[in-house]
Amino acid sequence: MHDTTDGPRPAVELQGVVKRFGDRSGTEVTAVDDLDLTIADGEFFSLLGPSGCGKTTTLRMIAGLELPTAGSIRIHGEEMGLRPPNRRPVNTVFQNYALFPHMTVAKNIGFGLEMRKVPTGDRAELIDWAIQLVEMGALAHRKPGQLSGGQQQRVALARALVNRPEVLLLDEPLGALDLKLRQQMQHELKTLQREVGITFVYVTHDQEEAVTMSDRIGVMHDGRLLQVDTPEAIYERPTTRFVADFIGQSNFLEATVASADEVVLANGQRLRLSSDSPSGEAVAVTVRPERLTVHRRGEAPAGLHHLEGRVEMVTYMGNAIVYGIGIDWMHLDVRCPATLAVERRDVGDEVTVSFEPRHAAVVTG
Amino acid sequence: MSVAAPPDEAQALDGPSELATPGLERQAERAKARQGFLLGLPAILYLLVFFVIPLGVVVAYSFATRTRSGRTELRDWNLNAYARLGDDIVLTVAWRSLWVAALTTVICLLLAYPLAYFISTRSAVTRNLLLVGIMIPFWSNFLIRTYAWRVLLDSDGLVTQMVQATGLGDGRILFTTNAVILGLVYGYLPFMVLPLYAAIERIDWSLVEGARDLYANGWGAFRRVVWPLSKPGVVAGSILVFVPSFGAYVTPAILGGNKEGLLGSYIVLQFLSARNGPVGSAVSVVVLVVMLLGTLLYFRAGGKNL
Repeated sequence: MHDTTDGPRPAVELQGVVKRFGDRSGTEVTAVDDLDLTIADGEFFSLLGPSGCGKTTTLRMIAGLELPTAGSIRIHGEEMGLRPPNRRPVNTVFQNYALFPHMTVAKNIGFGLEMRKVPTGDRAELIDWAIQLVEMGALAHRKPGQLSGGQQQRVALARALVNRPEVLLLDEPLGALDLKLRQQMQHELKTLQREVGITFVYVTHDQEEAVTMSDRIGVMHDGRLLQVDTPEAIYERPTTRFVADFIGQSNFLEATVASADEVVLANGQRLRLSSDSPSGEAVAVTVRPERLTVHRRGEAPAGLHHLEGRVEMVTYMGNAIVYGIGIDWMHLDVRCPATLAVERRDVGDEVTVSFEPRHAAVVTG
Repeated sequence: MSVAAPPDEAQALDGPSELATPGLERQAERAKARQGFLLGLPAILYLLVFFVIPLGVVVAYSFATRTRSGRTELRDWNLNAYARLGDDIVLTVAWRSLWVAALTTVICLLLAYPLAYFISTRSAVTRNLLLVGIMIPFWSNFLIRTYAWRVLLDSDGLVTQMVQATGLGDGRILFTTNAVILGLVYGYLPFMVLPLYAAIERIDWSLVEGARDLYANGWGAFRRVVWPLSKPGVVAGSILVFVPSFGAYVTPAILGGNKEGLLGSYIVLQFLSARNGPVGSAVSVVVLVVMLLGTLLYFRAGGKNL
């Protein structure tokens, strides 16, 4: 690899990437639509979205398992073009693991090294390192069919990492595991990524998984990349209704942009909130349920945004209480900590709901 | 108002119920086994009458005595017939049969594998059409199809003329071992294609993607993943082609002109012309045992990696 630029180059750069699939009848489906994305070196990056949003297709294009219809894919500055998967500096952990059923764990892990003709001595050493990394030492001579789902997952990970790829691509690798194991593996994956320092591109439809593990998240919908940001920014400052709705739960207050720093709610109430949308555009003000506070009517502190309403439903959740509150034109969910310090409300109570301006985001779509 | 069960009823539910005693359970299992046996009975009877008993007759004949007039009499049990198996003529014929069957199997495998691979990578509709195409020859009689080859291979036959036209030789192969192999490959190719197709079609294609992702080129992915995983099909297809080729009678008789005899014709010759039932039976028994052992070994070797 020849390095002509200064500073660390991004691990993956996608520019104007389009993927269309045609079927027999001649109708074309655009799976990925004009995608621009830059993933930094050493980053844990997640592509998040519902099934069919194009995230897996994007990953497969980086791997070379699909070729883009248009656009450019570069890995550490090098154009991938029509390069077949075996000549790309990436490895993939497949959704169903794709372990070779006729080979032992050790043979599976050594496959990539063998194909690259790494000398036998070095190979054994690297296989050993990878097996230790995922703590599979005792099972090195088993075949995949004799392993549990979690163990197969580790082997798939070791089989990819042993090659020291420049970028590791993971396609919903935890999807087949049960909840407890999944949470444990999330933690291990994150630790592992820090340990080996390899760029991870992680595809998932599980927002919790993406939020807990990633340095940055790209949310995809209908083949488009809607927002790329840190988990916190995605959660706190979503730019589209889809992102706000897909990541956690949220309330949406229909509104219209009045000026660059003011919106008008559906009931005519004006809120000072800045937005990028032009005046007159229909938007929504989104506030997370846990960012709302319930007060006795008229007792809400000044300086906050206020909405007046009536308690319609009270749901006890153990660690929290969720109030369903009707304001005159819609319904809000408010999540309060279930501690004694917080005064309880009952159905029928007249209340004021308040929130800090910084906890509200103006979203489009 | 209580909805709980009365105390005595609750106790009955907790205590040992009649349904769960070991004796009854065993009885039920035995009844099930009996049912299975009854379902299989018609086929078992059929095989017994038309396969096991005739086979027993052949084995008995191989130890029997041939009278001067050529009759086989079930007395004075001996191994005379087996002693004849070391004769040069028997060994030559056996060796030639082995060679013909092996060559037929290899040629079938080489032709069938790419075809089966091609079929199994098509869309569902194309796949089914192609499979039906493979089976179309079975709609007409094997004997007739073999005679058709005789017409094609005749000195003024279509194939012969085409070969001559290309200048590759005189194309006269009728009544040679080559014609026999051609006929056998033609006849048994579907038996190689179908198990290969079944095996290749079952392979998870993400494994090939996995191999490509792990730096294998197309050939590497085939050699290390597709081929080993298709081995059960290779084994099954090879057995299905090798076994009937080894004992073939019709094809050599029609296309080989029986100039260079094979085992099948040799056995028929012993029974019908030489009127030597014991020798014919002995050859049959040995062929049977050898094939059985060979098949077992082959299965073992093929199944080891799975």
